[in-house]
Amino acid sequence: MASLSLEELRLKADDIRQDVIRMLESAGSGHSAGSLGQADIYTALYFHVLNHDPQNPDWPERDILVQSNGHTCPVRYAAMAEAGYFPVQELTTLRKFGSRLQGHPERKKLPGLETTSGPLGSGLSQACGMALALKLNNEQHRRVYVTTGDGELDEGNNWEAIMLAAKYRLTNLTAIVDRNNIQIDGLTEDVMPLEDLKAKWEAFGWHVLEINGNSIGAVIDACDEAKSITERPTVILAYTIPGKGVDFMEYNFHWHGIAPNDEQALQALKELRTLRGKIVSEGE
Amino acid sequence: MIDYHLVPDFLTDDIASEPIRSGFGRGLVNAGKADDNVVALSADLTESTKMDDFAKSFPDRFIEIGIGEQNLVTVGAGMAAMGKIPFVSSYAAFSPGRNWEQIRTTICLNDRPVKIIGSHAGISVGADGATHQMLEDIALMRVLPNMVVIAPGDSLEAERATLAMAVDKRPNYMRLAREATPIITTTETPFEIGKAYVYWYGQDVSIISTGTMTYQALAAAAMLVREGISAEVVHVPTIKPLDNDTILQSVTKTGAVVTVEEGQINGGLGGAVAEFLSENYPLPLRRIGMNDRFGESGKPEELLPHFGLDADHISQAVHALLERKR
Repeated sequence: MASLSLEELRLKADDIRQDVIRMLESAGSGHSAGSLGQADIYTALYFHVLNHDPQNPDWPERDILVQSNGHTCPVRYAAMAEAGYFPVQELTTLRKFGSRLQGHPERKKLPGLETTSGPLGSGLSQACGMALALKLNNEQHRRVYVTTGDGELDEGNNWEAIMLAAKYRLTNLTAIVDRNNIQIDGLTEDVMPLEDLKAKWEAFGWHVLEINGNSIGAVIDACDEAKSITERPTVILAYTIPGKGVDFMEYNFHWHGIAPNDEQALQALKELRTLRGKIVSEGE
Repeated sequence: MIDYHLVPDFLTDDIASEPIRSGFGRGLVNAGKADDNVVALSADLTESTKMDDFAKSFPDRFIEIGIGEQNLVTVGAGMAAMGKIPFVSSYAAFSPGRNWEQIRTTICLNDRPVKIIGSHAGISVGADGATHQMLEDIALMRVLPNMVVIAPGDSLEAERATLAMAVDKRPNYMRLAREATPIITTTETPFEIGKAYVYWYGQDVSIISTGTMTYQALAAAAMLVREGISAEVVHVPTIKPLDNDTILQSVTKTGAVVTVEEGQINGGLGGAVAEFLSENYPLPLRRIGMNDRFGESGKPEELLPHFGLDADHISQAVHALLERKR
């Protein structure tokens, strides 16, 4: 895939955010905040980091991207469509009867998905299994990426996987935690405190990077750095703003699990287009 | 009549016996020799689930997960995604007892050919008590779309089943027992996933059994002969998919059914057979197994009769059922 400049990547992230709003408005339900918050991460992954071929989703040499936080699939679907896996027009079939874009991602429905996900806490361990198998196959040039939410780190299955990845020195595995501090019942630190999250991963034997997850450049740099780390798997704690790009959604955990109505979608799209105008003018 | 090459005089006292799980251990090594993609994952129960020979033969393809059954099956799902054929073992009480949702989502819905081995199933686990006597595994696994459920009747059948699972493209669950079980089959006896086998021919009643209970069913059939009743024993090593044709063929002849299993009759083999027959060929039916209760500590030879899981009780159930048939 032709590489895009940082400016072009930012514009792509803005397209993806607009796609997400249109999809969720059309579906009438779904998860807004995390999808918008991860737009920069998913742009970086699909348009720079991943070695993949949208025309050949099962390409045997591809990198693997596991989405453990399946509820934020709108951002993945949007990134996949923008990357050419399927027509952008199909995005508005999200959550509708007969659609390939299931409410939570279903591998067998849509080529390019690596796992079925939604129930939280099981993506990292599947990614571990994949990384382990690639090592056994001597295919370590293929990397495994997994995105997880931060709230889903409440799940014990994650910590079982975190131990295993360190034990088997899965250097071909990069985990990206969407650290947006919200979950359904409120702030993560109120629901079930995760901090000191960096110290926890380090204590479990991982290389930890902390970045601004809304900076595409920072995501790219962190993924690059992960490739150079030997002996340990890498986790990127990507601090993001939930609802990023839409003022009335940002930082508001009420937007975790709901979709905008017509009026709200119109307002959101207006803001995102304004943002785009700003970026374009700054870039000129 | 079909000759399944069973051991000729399997109802003698000196019949050879072996834990069913030992057959799995041999089968796994052979499956590993046949295909480099076979890998084994253990949750800190390597020796007792009989994965130790595989671990010694193929140390690179043996993954020690530690005491984490959710990780056990999901790491397995990930390895299957990359072309591996993972056998994942623990005690049935813990896997699939503890990790059902992970099996549902990452193996069944995700359609990955992970081979789940639940050892130490049934009350014959004995002294460990109710916590470790897994009775609900058949029901738990049977309701999952895409899942195949297997309960071999002896160690040789477990060996054959393991080899069959290694080449089957679907998610599989196999339950194994801890205690030595009489070996009734030979290396010539056929095993195919999805097939039931009539091990004893009769006219009056069909005894449909699975796992460790098939030997007891055969012993019951022998007792019944002496009492003038001709029972047919249908061994059902694959509970899902159920071999409807073989079962229907037997019951249309006999007109009465007793099911026998070392597990909960609700949702187990008894449930499966009752569901099928009540829709397709309603007839007098009685389910033998654990009837909505837990087990307790004791020796297997104390527990099995106590809970009605032996030839005597099967024979009594047949008598009671035949009263109803008349």
